[in-house]
Amino acid sequence: MALFDPRRALLAVALCLATTMACAAGERYSDAGPEPLLVKVFDAIEAGSFEQALGQVDTLLQSYPNFRLGYLIKGDLLLARARPVTSFGGGARNAGDKVAELREEAIARLRGYRTKPPADYVPRYLVQMPADQKYALVVDTQKSRLYLYQNDKGTPRFVADYYITQGKLGANKHSEGDQRTPIGVYHVTASLPRQKLPDLYGSGAFPLNYPNEWDRQMGRKGHGIWLHGTPSATFSRPPKASDGCVVLANQDLDSIAKRLQIGMTPVIISNSIEWLSMDDWQAERKSLQAMIDAWRHDWESRDPARYASHYSPRFHGEGQTLSQWLEQKRKVGESKTWIQIATKNISMFRNPGKEDYVVVTFDQEYRSNNLSNTMKKRQYWAKEAGRWKIIYEGPA
Amino acid sequence: MVRFLPVPLRLLRALRAIPLILAATILPVHADMLQDAAQSLRQGQYPQALTQVDRFLADKPRDAQGRFLRGVILTELGKRQEAITVFTRLTEDYPELPEPYNNLAVIYAQQKQYDKARQALEAAIRTHPSYATAHENLGDIYARMASQAYDKALQLDSSNAVAQTKLSMIRDLMSLSRRDGRPVTVAAASTAPIPSAPPASTPARPASAPLPVPATLPQAEPSRPVASAAAKPVPPPVQAPPATPASRAEPIRPAAADASAEVSRIVEAWAGAWSKKDVKAYLAHYARDFRTPGGVSRKTWEAERSQRLLKPGAIHVTLGNLRVEQESPDRAIVYFRQGYRSANLKSDSSKVLVMIRHDGRWLIQQERIGG
Repeated sequence: MALFDPRRALLAVALCLATTMACAAGERYSDAGPEPLLVKVFDAIEAGSFEQALGQVDTLLQSYPNFRLGYLIKGDLLLARARPVTSFGGGARNAGDKVAELREEAIARLRGYRTKPPADYVPRYLVQMPADQKYALVVDTQKSRLYLYQNDKGTPRFVADYYITQGKLGANKHSEGDQRTPIGVYHVTASLPRQKLPDLYGSGAFPLNYPNEWDRQMGRKGHGIWLHGTPSATFSRPPKASDGCVVLANQDLDSIAKRLQIGMTPVIISNSIEWLSMDDWQAERKSLQAMIDAWRHDWESRDPARYASHYSPRFHGEGQTLSQWLEQKRKVGESKTWIQIATKNISMFRNPGKEDYVVVTFDQEYRSNNLSNTMKKRQYWAKEAGRWKIIYEGPA
Repeated sequence: MVRFLPVPLRLLRALRAIPLILAATILPVHADMLQDAAQSLRQGQYPQALTQVDRFLADKPRDAQGRFLRGVILTELGKRQEAITVFTRLTEDYPELPEPYNNLAVIYAQQKQYDKARQALEAAIRTHPSYATAHENLGDIYARMASQAYDKALQLDSSNAVAQTKLSMIRDLMSLSRRDGRPVTVAAASTAPIPSAPPASTPARPASAPLPVPATLPQAEPSRPVASAAAKPVPPPVQAPPATPASRAEPIRPAAADASAEVSRIVEAWAGAWSKKDVKAYLAHYARDFRTPGGVSRKTWEAERSQRLLKPGAIHVTLGNLRVEQESPDRAIVYFRQGYRSANLKSDSSKVLVMIRHDGRWLIQQERIGG
């Protein structure tokens, strides 16, 4: 039987994946998920071993029974024995956009797998995790990938990464119903169990605090951005398919859910993660710690000018403009003979993307000659003319 | 939720194929009984056919042809499990025969057990790598397995729209596989104790259609050719075929890059010689190393062919959809539809000739039915 060589069709996918990022050894990296098997399938196809590729697909489908992408590739490999297959998913008729979506998924998964970050690099955004924050999630929307990090005595350690689905129209959510996924630093606010949810959300859902303080200031609207699972009929969804939520395979969501701390675990969503070497990460972290310390000491000095030097002209906080804020602090300060500020459990997360600011959260212990209190405080620091300035401050 | 789709007719082509080599071993009296069963089968009288074949097998329980026929009848009766048993035993007793494997595959395909069907067809092909029907059926099976996989790939969350996509897709694939001009024919079983007979053609389904069809014996060993001849020629009102020069009259031509035209002409000449009952010219078309059916000696085969051709009555052989695939300067595969008409035989089948060029002349090295 004269058989068409499906390599050309399937290679078209493989070739989109020209590796761009060096992967410095990865035994540290989890190979959970279908990607390792998927890569074997494509490798076999590239090598022209279709029989082997078919065997690999069957293995893949045994492990992931509702993996539609796997079935599409299997269809191509089988059909190629009966008649020519001229394109990826070429034998699937009347399929509309579905084949294109599965192709996108193939590309996203293989790219995510083949361009894993170097092992000794960390996402820039995880500047400092407090001791009681066990894990952090960092999403790369361009790669359709979510990275799970563990807090190892202050240092983020990679645990696993997962394929994700984002909004139909991509990232940078701005308004209600725009079918986009927000970019920013968020955290999970609740856990909604499977029993209370429609099947669409799969094995569970974790709402995020979009819009956060910054988003509101920027006039961003919308709500209901969740981290959730996948309907029971399918293993995964195409890379761009949600209304803005971040969607994981149910087994992946389950594996993450065990580690999520409600109200605490940060979920940082970026367009494209910036990775720092451990040295650079340490340097950045120290400079930011120094910035907090300088602010604390200048507050303790009771010198209004020193205190004011840390605030941006565009500052706002608790409904006040910069001048209102400073005026109130000055009045309060008149009655003080001494002030002591302690900052504990500091967390610092850098905002991804163009809007460069750092979200700092800490337990503030304020003591003075006539008043003492403790509160959880959040500040947004942004770089202005080379100096870090506070642009927002308020209770967390 | 999956509607059961009829097996493509083509899948059934080999269903009734009976290993020719086995036919020769049957005594006439038994052959009559078996022929009755085959006749009933052709007429769609399956319960009667079963009774008749069972009666035959009561005397000759090991007879391969009878068992094979019984498997076919059981399949028609929808007794698939019993049919599977029959064909499975045949594959155990006659592992060199591709037909029982093929028929097993057809039943498995009806049951949508495509993986088993595939394995059976692969076994058929292992016994006879050139068994065209098995290759075709295997292509069908792969297309169906692909279709199943695509169905799963494209499944929608709400499944109704998908179900339609699914069905139309399958229909599409099937019609595609039929569009290639290959015949939708079923070979009918025959017990005629003759070494060869022309291929028969009949609309396979509905089975109730009248079957004015002659007996057929596809070759037992498909790698070997089957020569076709009229069984009972009677003077027919057929017009003589256009006179064509016999092959020996063909001038020796220099090697050409594309010998299609020349090969086509030779094949026409061969059919012409056959129609004119010009035995000498007819036999001259066969290469010295022509693979005779059943591996009989060249002399025996030639004698047999002469006898067939010279029986009374006109023979009319026509060719259609002729396609030449030149594999090398000296080897070409010719595919065509062969119409055969004699006194009381009329058939239409696919034919494959393997032609080689020897001393500048194109000669038939292999002759096969189907594919």
